[in-house]
Amino acid sequence: MRKFYTLLSREVRSYFHSPIAYVVLIFFLLIAGVDFYFQVSFMNQRQVQYTVQEAFFNSVFFWFAFVLIFPLITMRLFAEEFKLGTIEPLMTAPVRDWQVVLSKFFGALAFYIILWIPPAFYFVIFQYVAGQPAAHSAGAYSGSYLMLLLLGMFYLSIGCLASVLTKNQIIAAIISFCAITLLFFLGLVQFIILDVSSATRDLLGYFSAIEHMGTFSRGVIDTRPIVFYLSMTVVMLALTYQAFQSRKWRL
Amino acid sequence: MIKVENLTKRYAGQSAIQDLNFEVGKGEIMGFLGPNGAGKTTTMRILASFMPPTSGRATVAGFDVFAQSLQARAHLGYMAENVPLYSDMRVTEYLDYRAALKGVPHRRVAERVGDVKELCGLKEVENKLIAALSKGYRQRVGLADALLHEPDLLILDEPTIGLDPNQIRQVRDLIKNLGKQHTILLSTHILPEVEMTCSRVIIIHKGRIEACDTPESLLGKIRQAGGVSLEAKVGADNGAEELKKISGVRDVIVDSDGDWKLFSLRVESGADVREEIFRLATARQWSVRELTQRRATLEDVFVEITHADSV
Repeated sequence: MRKFYTLLSREVRSYFHSPIAYVVLIFFLLIAGVDFYFQVSFMNQRQVQYTVQEAFFNSVFFWFAFVLIFPLITMRLFAEEFKLGTIEPLMTAPVRDWQVVLSKFFGALAFYIILWIPPAFYFVIFQYVAGQPAAHSAGAYSGSYLMLLLLGMFYLSIGCLASVLTKNQIIAAIISFCAITLLFFLGLVQFIILDVSSATRDLLGYFSAIEHMGTFSRGVIDTRPIVFYLSMTVVMLALTYQAFQSRKWRL
Repeated sequence: MIKVENLTKRYAGQSAIQDLNFEVGKGEIMGFLGPNGAGKTTTMRILASFMPPTSGRATVAGFDVFAQSLQARAHLGYMAENVPLYSDMRVTEYLDYRAALKGVPHRRVAERVGDVKELCGLKEVENKLIAALSKGYRQRVGLADALLHEPDLLILDEPTIGLDPNQIRQVRDLIKNLGKQHTILLSTHILPEVEMTCSRVIIIHKGRIEACDTPESLLGKIRQAGGVSLEAKVGADNGAEELKKISGVRDVIVDSDGDWKLFSLRVESGADVREEIFRLATARQWSVRELTQRRATLEDVFVEITHADSV
């Protein structure tokens, strides 16, 4: 456990040693800020049926920034170590492969969670300034943030897999960006192709991140997406582990 | 300490190493020589459990490098070629991290990190970013890292590559000192270094072991590569013809430098013909300005072994 903790703390620290962390943080805060500002001013002008919190997590701005950050967070995880050769001292130290894989995943997850702390204050500030809550209930907040965590885990695990497949960070970023975007649009297919059976549409709906976020941000905690994202994360991490081990046979 | 049996590694159908067999005993400093691409790094990586062999077996401190790789890795300190390091960390920070990773007990980390910094001369750069270090210091950080957990065995891949002559001397002294407590396997291109530091030498060529012996007996085997050189004014004499008549001389090559002639003599192994040459020169009244015996070096051994079938 100590070795895992050592690896994890190095992963998290290395984010803040590189400019990538700050660029991602600033980029993300900028878009989240603009998103929040737009939603609030939009609501100032007309009557709407949803809350600020729901609008914030379901806007185009949000999804645009959301899909982009994962390749940026995960591209360097393994690819950089392969490229610089630091994988050699790392793997000749007495550490297990799974410790390395999990520390990289949880390191990325820790950074992702840090990324989400500042936007949480938007709602606090909103309540302070506007004198009314940004959401209907506490459950709506926890639903949104739970969905963020689940989606984050799934997309980060895709990024881990992409990074372990190559020693080129750009290629890792492109692979994970394509995979995440395709998965994301898989959920949108039901709005585009209308002449499919309703069963197919329902099936595709299960993959729809937008739909899941919609229900969770209203405070409706559906267990199906929870199982889906958790199990997909485990599958992706298992594949990452296998791919990481296979380097021994490919070298 | 190291035991290697029929070790073979193939990449895409080509053998990088083929049926290696050798042993390194406790307390030995074993030199690993070979031209580029001979399979030195491959062998060392297998011993450090970085990759598995295609076939064969290797044990480190009694642990199989594949089946018990965690224990094997805990018993060895490995320094990779070109010393890859995290350039975003500071020297002390990096060593602390490595110590924890290698399972140095919590309360001993500070002491061990202090010790290796002292030993490798890293005190003056301890707070510097690794990115800002010179090649020589990076090499020392790599060595310090290998020593952190007090391993019984050190595997050093080209520890002196890219260093200047002073740094090479420092690293060499360091390795010699380490050899008192550790078993060391090191690879290098610099042959005088091996002669000075190693108790035994393996010469590997095209993935096979061509020789494995002490430096002295390797030299003994190829004494003929040494020879005698004579620089003399022989006047009207032919010189070469007379020198060839001396028993023990195999061959004479002549170079001229004005009146002076430079004779390079290849002699039979073990023969010392210098006295005969002196007698010949005084009898013929040649003026001599140089008469030396050239000792064979490991370089001759190396060239003879690795050149033979590559021509």
